Amino acid sequence: MAAKDALMDFDEAIERFEPVLGFEVHVELATKTKMFSDAPNFFGGEPNTNVTPVDLGLPGSLPVVNEQAVRFSINLGLALGCSIAESSRFSRKNYFYPDNPKNYQISQYDEPIAFEGEVEVELADGTLFQVPIERAHMEEDAGKLTHVGGATGRIQGAEYSLVDYNRAGVPLVEIVTKPIFGAAHRAPELGAAYVQVIRDLVRALGVSEARMERGNLRCDANISLRPWGQEKLGTRTETKNVNSFRAVERAIRYEIQRQAAILADGGTITQETRHWHEDTGRTSAGRPKSDADDYRYFPEPDLLPVVPDPAMIEELRASLPEAPVARRRRLKGEWGFADLEFQDVVNGGLLDEVEATVAAGAPAQAARKWWTGEISRVANTQDAAAGDLVSPAHVAELITLVESGDLTDRLARQVLEGVIAGEGSPSAVVESRGLKVVSDDSALTAAVDEALAAQPDVLAKIKDGKVQAAGAIIGAVMKSMRGQADAARVRELVLERAQA
Amino acid sequence: MPDITSEQVAHLANLARIALTPDEIEKLTGELSHIVDSVAKVTEVATPDVPATSHPVTLPNVLRPDVVGETLTQQQALSGAPDTDGERFRVTAILGEEQ
Amino acid sequence: MTDDITKLSAAALADALVARDVSSVEATQAHLDRIAAVDGDVHAFLHVNENALGVAKSIDSRRAAGDDLGALAGVPVAIKDVLCTLDMPSTSGSKILEGWVPPYDATPVAKLRRAGLVPLGKTNMDEFAMGSTTEFSAYGPTHNPWDLDRIPGGSGGGSAAAVAAHEAPLALGSDTGGSIRQPGAVTGTVGVKPTYGGVSRYGSIALASSLDQVGPVARTVLDAALLHDVIGGHDPRDSTSIRDEWPSFAAAARDGLQADTLKGLRVGVVKELAGGEGFQAGVTQRFQETVAILEAAGAVVVEIDAPSFAYAISAYYLILPAEASSNLAKFDSVRFGLRVTPEGGATVEDVMAATREAGFGPEVKRRIILGTYALSAGYYDAYYGSAQKVRTLVQRDFDKAFEQVDLLVSPSAPTTAFPLGERLDDPLSMYLNDLTTIPANLAGVPGMSIPNGLAPEDGLPTGVQLMAPQREDARLYRYGAALERLLEQQWGAPLIDRIPDLDFSQQSAAEEGVV
Repeated sequence: MAAKDALMDFDEAIERFEPVLGFEVHVELATKTKMFSDAPNFFGGEPNTNVTPVDLGLPGSLPVVNEQAVRFSINLGLALGCSIAESSRFSRKNYFYPDNPKNYQISQYDEPIAFEGEVEVELADGTLFQVPIERAHMEEDAGKLTHVGGATGRIQGAEYSLVDYNRAGVPLVEIVTKPIFGAAHRAPELGAAYVQVIRDLVRALGVSEARMERGNLRCDANISLRPWGQEKLGTRTETKNVNSFRAVERAIRYEIQRQAAILADGGTITQETRHWHEDTGRTSAGRPKSDADDYRYFPEPDLLPVVPDPAMIEELRASLPEAPVARRRRLKGEWGFADLEFQDVVNGGLLDEVEATVAAGAPAQAARKWWTGEISRVANTQDAAAGDLVSPAHVAELITLVESGDLTDRLARQVLEGVIAGEGSPSAVVESRGLKVVSDDSALTAAVDEALAAQPDVLAKIKDGKVQAAGAIIGAVMKSMRGQADAARVRELVLERAQA
Repeated sequence: MPDITSEQVAHLANLARIALTPDEIEKLTGELSHIVDSVAKVTEVATPDVPATSHPVTLPNVLRPDVVGETLTQQQALSGAPDTDGERFRVTAILGEEQ
Repeated sequence: MTDDITKLSAAALADALVARDVSSVEATQAHLDRIAAVDGDVHAFLHVNENALGVAKSIDSRRAAGDDLGALAGVPVAIKDVLCTLDMPSTSGSKILEGWVPPYDATPVAKLRRAGLVPLGKTNMDEFAMGSTTEFSAYGPTHNPWDLDRIPGGSGGGSAAAVAAHEAPLALGSDTGGSIRQPGAVTGTVGVKPTYGGVSRYGSIALASSLDQVGPVARTVLDAALLHDVIGGHDPRDSTSIRDEWPSFAAAARDGLQADTLKGLRVGVVKELAGGEGFQAGVTQRFQETVAILEAAGAVVVEIDAPSFAYAISAYYLILPAEASSNLAKFDSVRFGLRVTPEGGATVEDVMAATREAGFGPEVKRRIILGTYALSAGYYDAYYGSAQKVRTLVQRDFDKAFEQVDLLVSPSAPTTAFPLGERLDDPLSMYLNDLTTIPANLAGVPGMSIPNGLAPEDGLPTGVQLMAPQREDARLYRYGAALERLLEQQWGAPLIDRIPDLDFSQQSAAEEGVV
């Protein structure tokens, strides 16, 4: 086990050195078939059941480009503010690795489909950054390796490895930024925010499910440091295995601290690929970049150039969804949320859900309260995503039932539990569980009378003008009604009947 | 044109994943120098004004609709494999890192 | 009877099958017998199809039932081992694929089957189609049926020899720099490289993706045309395959037999390929005689200058190795083929390197290393990049030429069949075998070789190459058929009739250690 890296205090690091960032984000496209073969593009399935000769790289097999992948890539390029190439071509990136069925990856090198763009990223406090995009290009994914026999299931110390090519050939778009300057101490935040913007963007376009935990969205973070004022860029490292927004932030922070410590000590940074470890919160050294990385790119002879139709480009451009930052600004204004309230929704990744719930007829504040409150709480206990538990339509229905007085908040939470458990819509659950607020005054009155009769001393107090004493009666009535009563109405009745 | 050295040949063999013997490296170095000398004359006519041709036939936009086709069965996929665990291809320990 | 059947052209055999004079089972059996009799000497085949008679039988049944069958249904065909066949091993002449049976058929093979042809077996070839003599096959060379001590050409020596020796009336080959046409020339048979993209490459084990084409091998132009009609056409699985409908090449070949076909035809003789230095005297002589025949028939012959052709071999031997080095990377012991595990705890990188070291022959290694070099950082522009520019120049020279003429002609190969072993130690001299055929591959234009005589000094076959513009394959068949008839009229019979008899007595002579 390598000795622990020395780390400089983060603030001190930033004071002494300027961080320069770069990101390579890989987005798995949600097409029906793979990039170069017509095998289905889906997650999971028995190993090696989702492959054609093309995906296995069998001798004689040939790639054929998926037109939907091209369309999605162009769409994504436009959303990134990129220019779309008049003529774009594929190239072979040659390297040997067992998950790489042809031992070359079909990618794009000198003529990417999209280039020169810009993405606006808003940080939590409203600070805006323009992240420059170098290019977005199409390529294919590799298969999946499982390492057996080592301690942690990682490569080091593994006895042997198993290869599943189901994922080989899945369409990817790689988005590469230019070097990002000016983030200073906000670099870690910016990294996380940038990846989030990309995620929101591809989801809004419908070109990818973009779930980092599923690998639909992968981020490699490049960081280098240079003394403030120096023009020459420092040596950068590339950190992989960054599987969540939080990890992006932590990894950047770690690398800044690690590199600063080395530089301050008079050392040099090794240009290498590093691996982020979520459990320990550290990066570890991978293989140093060397001559072995001569990929010998050349134009893919089995594929012809892609010449996007200008009319199609304009059609896509015209139907681009609102940029995430602009959309957020608009919604916040429409809903009238305070900064912190809105931030809660965004941080919880619940913007879509709240928006949909409002669209289904619910007031914005109520939607917010439910999504960031009870639903998120339940989601956390189940280790699930809030959006997976219940639909916005059902939440809107639930809110309506509360607003109309059919349910109290407390009852509503029970109904929610039922909906999440799959018992049906809120109305159905109310029905089947018999959770409706009893609004029948005669039943309530009977319960009130009963409770008053049972506590004559309290009744006396109320008659005497000690209205607070009513609390005990209300409690008793609510209990006997199993909570299915509107407490305010019960109170009214208690006071009425007590005086009667 | 610079001569090819045997160090270069050894490096190329590594890039190409072929475990050449020292004899082979030596022999190849000589042969390749010879060949490279004779093919290097392409630079004489490959002036900047001449565009490169990657494909003999020009057919832009050869694309396929996003429609699922036939896949191999797992058995077919594994049929040629030297070693499997019944559902996946098996290889010995990997030295390098993922790209 | 056997002899008679194997002597028939594919067209004549097809007619006989339709007329029910012979059954496919009889025809297939006759060829299997012939293979058994002579292939010990010739070694054209790597694998004979155990199921050939079964297929033949089913064709016969379907014919008896009145099914609609293709023109060549029931005719046996040999298949170069570069093509994937799901019922027979497909080795591409290499040890690294020994015994590998693909889980799928190459598209041209699938088309053959659908058209009712009977696959006889897989033919020998230089390893991964790298070579011009079939001596680089990992399974031993093929011997030229005209003289068993000599090369049959390459890389498709097996297909050409099989057809020349009457072991099959038809064969499939592949041509990257002449691998169909040059063997055709040295075995006295007909070989065609279609326009690039004319026949699907799906399932043809790739050598150089921008140069490879699958094509027909036969004893007559009409036979080649009939086979080309079956295997050609667009394949959505091959992005580089041409979408256009092709005319019937058999119709073009038949058309060419009309009188005065050649009258007024503008023919170009490529100065850089016309013979002289680097060419065997007898080859040049027969070529000049052929040109004279064309002129006598009314063709207008002009000299064409194609200066870029002088750089064609150099460009080819940069482009091919570069693409091949990438195409052959997939042979890594993981998913198929040979696996060699060195002793004492090997990483997968070690296994890959040991496997490729053991599984690839010397010519393949040579070209992979050369190709890796040509693509390396710092060398790309000078080598691969420059070679692709020469390609542009070669195309331009062809374009210019075809503004002046309808057809280009040259010898198909610079020499006749030389002895086995003669050029093994000199790779560069080997590469010169493809001098006349390479330009067509670089430019993607179609080319055909037809026999045009026996060289006076050694009595061995020579061939004339015809080339046409891209997509004008029909011209080759039309004018090739016309020329073939004129030549045969001159000889009194097809040239192939003069091939020496192969019989059992020759077999023991061969066994005594020729090569």
